[in-house]
Amino acid sequence: MFGKLTLAAIPFDKPIVISAVGGAVFLALVILGLITYYRKWTYLYHEWLTSLDHKKIGIMYIILALVMLVRGFSDAILMRSQQAVAAGGHLGFLAPDHFNQIFSAHGSIMIIFMAMPFLAGLMNIVVPQQIGARDVAFPFLNSVSLWLTAAGAMLIMVSLGVGEFSQAGWSGYTPLTEKAYSPGVGVDYWIWAFQIAGIGSTLTGINFLVTILKMRAPGMKPMHMPLFVWTAFFTSVLIVWAFPVLTVDLALVTLDRCLGMHFFTNDLGGNMMMYANLFWTWGHPEVYIVILPAFGVFSEVSATFSGKRLFGYRSLVYATAVITILSFSVWVHHFFTMGAGPNVNLFFGIATMLIAIPTGVKIFNWLFTMYRGRIQFTPPMYWTLGFIVTFTIGGAAGVLMAVPPADYVLHNSLFLIAHFHTMLIPGTLFGFLAGYYYWFPKAVGFRLQENWGIRAFWCWIIGFYLAFIPLYVLGFMGMPRRLQHYVNPAWHPYLLVAALGTALIGLGIVFLGVQLVVSIKERRALSDTTGDPWDGRTLEWLTASPPAAYNFPKIPVVEDIDAFMGMKEKDVAYRRPEQYSDIEIPKNVPHGLIIGAFAFLGGFAVIWYIWWLALVSALGILGTVIARSWDDDPHYLIPAAEVQRIEDERHRQLAAVAQRCPADAPASPEPVPGR
Amino acid sequence: MNQAPIDNIGISRGSLKSYLTGFVLALILTAIPFAMVMSRAFSPGVTLIGIFSAGVVQILVHLHYFLHLDTSSAARWNVLAILFTLLIMIIFVGGTLWIMSNLNYRMM
Repeated sequence: MFGKLTLAAIPFDKPIVISAVGGAVFLALVILGLITYYRKWTYLYHEWLTSLDHKKIGIMYIILALVMLVRGFSDAILMRSQQAVAAGGHLGFLAPDHFNQIFSAHGSIMIIFMAMPFLAGLMNIVVPQQIGARDVAFPFLNSVSLWLTAAGAMLIMVSLGVGEFSQAGWSGYTPLTEKAYSPGVGVDYWIWAFQIAGIGSTLTGINFLVTILKMRAPGMKPMHMPLFVWTAFFTSVLIVWAFPVLTVDLALVTLDRCLGMHFFTNDLGGNMMMYANLFWTWGHPEVYIVILPAFGVFSEVSATFSGKRLFGYRSLVYATAVITILSFSVWVHHFFTMGAGPNVNLFFGIATMLIAIPTGVKIFNWLFTMYRGRIQFTPPMYWTLGFIVTFTIGGAAGVLMAVPPADYVLHNSLFLIAHFHTMLIPGTLFGFLAGYYYWFPKAVGFRLQENWGIRAFWCWIIGFYLAFIPLYVLGFMGMPRRLQHYVNPAWHPYLLVAALGTALIGLGIVFLGVQLVVSIKERRALSDTTGDPWDGRTLEWLTASPPAAYNFPKIPVVEDIDAFMGMKEKDVAYRRPEQYSDIEIPKNVPHGLIIGAFAFLGGFAVIWYIWWLALVSALGILGTVIARSWDDDPHYLIPAAEVQRIEDERHRQLAAVAQRCPADAPASPEPVPGR
Repeated sequence: MNQAPIDNIGISRGSLKSYLTGFVLALILTAIPFAMVMSRAFSPGVTLIGIFSAGVVQILVHLHYFLHLDTSSAARWNVLAILFTLLIMIIFVGGTLWIMSNLNYRMM
């Protein structure tokens, strides 16, 4: 009936795990209780969970990402504090099998359940508005993607309290992940969390590829698209062409584990290195999948807050294209030491170094965008500056490691850990946090409080250097990654500094939380009545904040880059059309939510060998898809009168703002050079 | 959504007959390699070539019957996507073959 699942799967004997589970369950009960107390279930269900509105789906993605950021960061705290105490005779507080689960979960969560939902969320909120569209190409598919991602995240969360998580690292190398060496359910949790969320990501990639190609406003040629749209486009390309490799790779591991096949075993004709090869064929493009959208954010932010057009727009586009192609041809640098010959390693080493060129072009583009601009030091600008400096250091370390002989020395050491955190934390997370602040007023209608944002930034950046510069040194001292315990006393002081840095980053996360609470409290003072709080340049600032369900009452016509800035300069941005027409909007439907729920159940069933439930879930998904296809009228009509009413309200607000400050709301009074 | 931008991209949507033809062809092309392996009627080299060519033909069948790609296709983006896929396949498959044969040569 319950397959392998028994009560013994709940780790009552591990006080640390069980208290974490207890805390999570308690928090969940409090949240559910509050929703029930305030009678918000119907609101939540009708307005959010079943919504096909790209803005609401985007917000839900970002909430998921922030929750998982906290979860992944708790794992980081545990690892750093374990290594801070487990020196010499002290064994620390985490058993080896628990420690292994923690670093595996940390990597898996941060990449697949923090970075991926965050970028999907930002793309959802911003891309349709930047290209002057009313929604994405496939709104229903969008909802399915969201709930599949959430189902995968739920599986990882459940693995904390029911059974165990993988101990094989986030990359899950064979033959360690084969049944013979990992008989437990941990690896299965890892596989199915990745598989389900991975399918969601693939669908997101397809969705945005089509959206950007097919739904741009009239007149918007490719070379008129805002840079964030370009990076979203190339990220989608990477997703669509790289994620299937992961899906196949994990499917083959599953066949090995469940049906006794021998794709990656080290006997009977299996080839375990083929697993690593396939994993990184996806894994390296994946790095650029999460970094490129952040590059897009930095481009938007540095142009807006320098009050200038982006420097070298075309070169940025081409650099992104070159990075996209090159990122498909460097995957071997993740396993230089597996024994390939010098020819292979040299080829992929040089290809890796080549990526530094387009990336360097981008750094100079951002610097020259700021050069002689009127820089406003807002939190996104802080994140951007912190990124430029830190990312350059990490990039230099990366070019060093691209030299195969150097990699033989540094492979699997803490130097590598320091390197990729120096790339991914500034390159991805700083960018997403900048985007979070920058587009927050657009998504919800009020700005985030600035001072707490700046405080959070300083905690993050100082904490980051304290936590990761010692790891570079430790790498040179020969300390391997993933050590639960070590005997060399010389490493201890550096690990103490690293733990201190982690605590400081923790304070940064707390400040981000404080910022959110303070901003919600002061939302009236921080409210954005114009829809254009930063004197923005691109089309998303033309809509109201938060935008009406249809975004644009009339689809704008685009003539140049920075379409909205052009409209403001010609004073036509807020000109009203003679009359409004009816607008069709996709209806909310629960099918995406149901498919996600079945995917979660099905994943859980396969992990625990509850085959009847797996079958029910598979049929459930199939049935839900068929039921959805019967719906012949997936749209509802917003009548012209209703559009008129919403727009009247918006223009009354705009007029009120214009009266208060005569120079037409937020636009800067004097011309800025190079605009 | 009043633009209905993706409804008309100039590609035929196929019929029941074309889907069934594609399905039957796909079944046959799957059965051939299975039969070749299970009957052991051919040498390993011939079998490998058989599996590989059946796979390539199967890809073409999928593209034609299920994704409606043909030479008269008006969808420029589809052709571009196929070309890009070819490039990525050359990198992935060619790279993998090179890496693995190199590994085999040095480690076996």
